[in-house]
Amino acid sequence: MDVTENGGRRDALKCMLWAGTSVLWTVAGGVPRGALLGSAQAAEAGDALRFVQISDSHIGFAKPTNMDTPGTLATAIQAVKADTQATMLIHTGDITHLSRADQFDTADQIIRGAGLTTHYVPGEHDLLEDNGSAFYARFTPGAATGWYSFDQNGVHFVGLNNVRDLKPGGMGSLGAEQLAWLKNDLAGRPASQPIVLFAHVPLWTVYANWGWGTDDAEQALAQLKRFGSVTVLNGHIHQIMQKVEGEVAFHTARSTAFPQPVPGDPAGPGPVKNVPAGKLHSLLGVTHVRHVRGQHALAIADQVLA
Amino acid sequence: MTGRTARAVLAAALLLPHHLPAAPAASQAAVTIDNFSFKDPVITVTAGTTITWTNRDDIPHTVTADDGPPPSYRSHPLDTGDQYSKLYDRPGTYRYYCSIHPKMRGTVIVR
Repeated sequence: MDVTENGGRRDALKCMLWAGTSVLWTVAGGVPRGALLGSAQAAEAGDALRFVQISDSHIGFAKPTNMDTPGTLATAIQAVKADTQATMLIHTGDITHLSRADQFDTADQIIRGAGLTTHYVPGEHDLLEDNGSAFYARFTPGAATGWYSFDQNGVHFVGLNNVRDLKPGGMGSLGAEQLAWLKNDLAGRPASQPIVLFAHVPLWTVYANWGWGTDDAEQALAQLKRFGSVTVLNGHIHQIMQKVEGEVAFHTARSTAFPQPVPGDPAGPGPVKNVPAGKLHSLLGVTHVRHVRGQHALAIADQVLA
Repeated sequence: MTGRTARAVLAAALLLPHHLPAAPAASQAAVTIDNFSFKDPVITVTAGTTITWTNRDDIPHTVTADDGPPPSYRSHPLDTGDQYSKLYDRPGTYRYYCSIHPKMRGTVIVR
């Protein structure tokens, strides 16, 4: 991530690092600008569509970093419920840690507490047993391969599965079948329609050595070049990263379970182990996304659980 | 197991009369999984060796044959402390990876 390109982006990133503070992201003209929630911009009324992204709840993980992942997921859902204008929830995968039926049950029950229609895509931790059949049956009914699309308030949403049939030595993967489906799905859509892509593993290469990217993402993004507003929401890396390329805004969400190190950290990509007591909730979070009909870009605001 | 021990086992096996069924080799080797990597990434054993992988990470991993698709074997997801064992009874070079984190790769060379 380039943080030195311009002052606005650098200042915005500083805001993002304030633990315990929500930051509203407005992406316009290729430059993301941070504004504290509560500002006039954040208070703007008349939203046509407002939804929340949660990610990486890892139900079943119970290690010193976080012995209570159901508890932190429940806290995240409370934050979702507090956003009374939100009408939809997106979960970008790794619902569970080990794909076990009881873990799927626990997650499902907690997330239903939000009372919102929820759209899921799988993480690699959700497909560990029986080729993911339990995940697909419960969370993407009608989409046996885990990819699908729908329209909401004029925005076209595309859920992609980039954790299926991972190749030895590779990163995330969409595969020829899904790319062909995507091409067909986008055909005939007006370039003015806002697009939201959501998938578990980042659709841009955050850090190849750790597999934090998707091998054939370029082929998917090439199909989106003609659209004027594209927002890509991912999880997997348990921290916020964002980038703007042309009309495409990329954003990764925090986990609701545990933080992971910054790319290249000598400790490796495993869960951060030395979180100071009482600080965990400031490293977990949910992402609020807002689209006003007629406006070019979607506004993205990250909120920590603390 | 050291290479010397492995060779001794192999030598003992070769001394058996041909009409007797081959004695089950008791050779064992171990590979640990630490920090998203197989240690050691390349391990050389004698035919008849059982390799046991132990996951010492906070994150689950698998031991999956890199000979697919589909792979000829894949361990169940190994949670922290879980083990998976496999007997290698024929000489050859066997590559494997973690199907959850495919950047993790390893090789078993059987002599």
